Amino acid sequence: MSEQNAIQTGNEGSFLEVGRDYFKRIKSGETGSLPALLGLVILATIFALANPIFLKPINFANLLTQAATVTTLAMGLTFVLLLGEIDLSAGVTAGLSAAFLAVSMASYGVPWPFAVVISLILGMFVGFMIGLLVAKVGIPSFVVTLAVFLAFQGLQLVVVGKGGLIGIEAPPILAIMNRPMPLSFGWILLLIILVIYVLTSLISRRQRSNSGQQNKPLSLVLFKAVIILVVGGALVSFLNLERGANPAVTSLKGVPYVVPIVILLLAGGTFVLNRTKFGRHVYAVGGNAEAARRAGIRVSRVRITVFMISSTFAGIAGILLASRQASVDAAAGRSIVLSAIAAAVVGGVSLFGGRGKLTDAVIGGFVIAVIDNGLGLIGLASGLNLAITGGVLLLAATADAITSRKSKTS
Amino acid sequence: MSNQTPVIELKNVKKSFGPVEVLKDVNFTVRAGEVTALVGDNGAGKSTLIKGLAGIQSYDSGTVLFDAKPVELTSPRQSSELGIDVVYQDLALCDNLDIVHNMFLGREEVNAGVLDEGHMESKAASTLTSLSVKTVKSVRQKVAKLSGGQRQTVAIARAVLWNNKVVILDEPTAALGVAQTEQVLQLVRKLADAGKAVIIISHNLQDVFAVADRIFVLYLGKMIASLKTSETNQADVVGYITGTKSQEDGA
Repeated sequence: MSEQNAIQTGNEGSFLEVGRDYFKRIKSGETGSLPALLGLVILATIFALANPIFLKPINFANLLTQAATVTTLAMGLTFVLLLGEIDLSAGVTAGLSAAFLAVSMASYGVPWPFAVVISLILGMFVGFMIGLLVAKVGIPSFVVTLAVFLAFQGLQLVVVGKGGLIGIEAPPILAIMNRPMPLSFGWILLLIILVIYVLTSLISRRQRSNSGQQNKPLSLVLFKAVIILVVGGALVSFLNLERGANPAVTSLKGVPYVVPIVILLLAGGTFVLNRTKFGRHVYAVGGNAEAARRAGIRVSRVRITVFMISSTFAGIAGILLASRQASVDAAAGRSIVLSAIAAAVVGGVSLFGGRGKLTDAVIGGFVIAVIDNGLGLIGLASGLNLAITGGVLLLAATADAITSRKSKTS
Repeated sequence: MSNQTPVIELKNVKKSFGPVEVLKDVNFTVRAGEVTALVGDNGAGKSTLIKGLAGIQSYDSGTVLFDAKPVELTSPRQSSELGIDVVYQDLALCDNLDIVHNMFLGREEVNAGVLDEGHMESKAASTLTSLSVKTVKSVRQKVAKLSGGQRQTVAIARAVLWNNKVVILDEPTAALGVAQTEQVLQLVRKLADAGKAVIIISHNLQDVFAVADRIFVLYLGKMIASLKTSETNQADVVGYITGTKSQEDGA
């Protein structure tokens, strides 16, 4: 059926040509998360030179857990940003979920798995309400989520109560952010990721060749697999080094438990966005909502679902927050939403909708975490830290605006 | 071919917005294998007539016959299920998606819950090939990177891909250069030759005469003329459009 196809599919060409295409795309402005990745390397170099502690295993593990909360929130927000909407309430939703988690365990003796489910359902429900108000009533998401942002701060105060602080005691919850996995688990995790990557690539290649379509060169899959192996291997071995302050008393080595959780969310979310009908519809609604409606896509249903996803991710971020601080206070989560939006935008997710990936949010999350962590190590005043984060966000938003304008007029 | 029953037949269709009557007892017929042109000045009611067929804005009264059976068109979904597809002036394409994604928008093919990209890609490519489209290099290009003519081509190809019976083109050549207009008109002719009923709305009478078999003229909400292209000329049609001429026996 495709012998005489004059029309190409972009999958022709050798390994080198694929590489050349990639650089051509970058030149034409489709940079994705490349600037953020470069920025990450530059920042890390600066901080490493300024303070050698930056490169110590203990700080790297610290950085991972610092980044985890922002990254999780940013991944959820990416769904919303893809629609060209915004969710200012994600941070307080995280805080409220954390408060529910803490209160249900501390005051009502709910076992931790149920407490986790309760806080996630709470998150999902919040998203449903926001989605309903945005999609069905037609209130701009900025206003709805701003209202939720304000209202939930009050609600959180009520839930947390007069004490102002509720401790978390369940060991599994505390372990997420504070304990490393056994050394072998890191390697097993890497192996699983590698196998899944190769398998899904091969399956989708088979699917394509079954319908008579050409595939990208096999060497590309191999190339990416090697990169995963080398980078992942380096990270796992680094995290498996001893990083405890006093190894004789408490040994601390291994990949933190939060890492596989974030990877799972990243992989699951990416699968939904790239490989399912729903994901395609999210991009379509973000690109041109009217076109999507005319094509028969149920736009409001997509909107509501996206807000539910974002708030559920916020719920997960809340659990991470509670785990890291081992407690929940009345202001938990309030400030991180802006970092998370900054993370997504810095990573390359467009504020105008329709453009961006979850990996962008993860890379952006690391940029924000590195700024935070590195400036702290250098010993700069925290006011400067906020100012620099704001500046980086503005820079990223400027790049986003210029790229969007370019692709509209061309 | 023109003797068969019309695919679409509108009888005494009315539509008003408040006190303003936009369509007054309009009759309109569309046949398979023909290009039917709908012309008229701004505000004559062309868009309202088309929106009714697309199911975006239903008529107040009157009968709509589809394949000689009465139907009610109240949602875009219903129209598209019957096989009526509208290619809008503003194209209704998603700039951030590629050609394949756009052609299958809202009707993606899945295999075990996962998008079947390979299958969709080969179908899109063979549809474009069957329309002898030569201007599109790769079906994996983002629509944002295409020229006006290429975008129009993608929008029309989408209508073909879904095997629609009726394809409505709203000002398909309005924003195009000479060469691109020529290509799109050839594509329009090809659609009709493939047995589809094509409705084309245009202000450009040259294009209309180049491609249409029949011309319907709307004047202030009334269908004042139904003509065979071969039996009329541009001056007459201009007369009907501006209201200086009228056809006694109507449509």
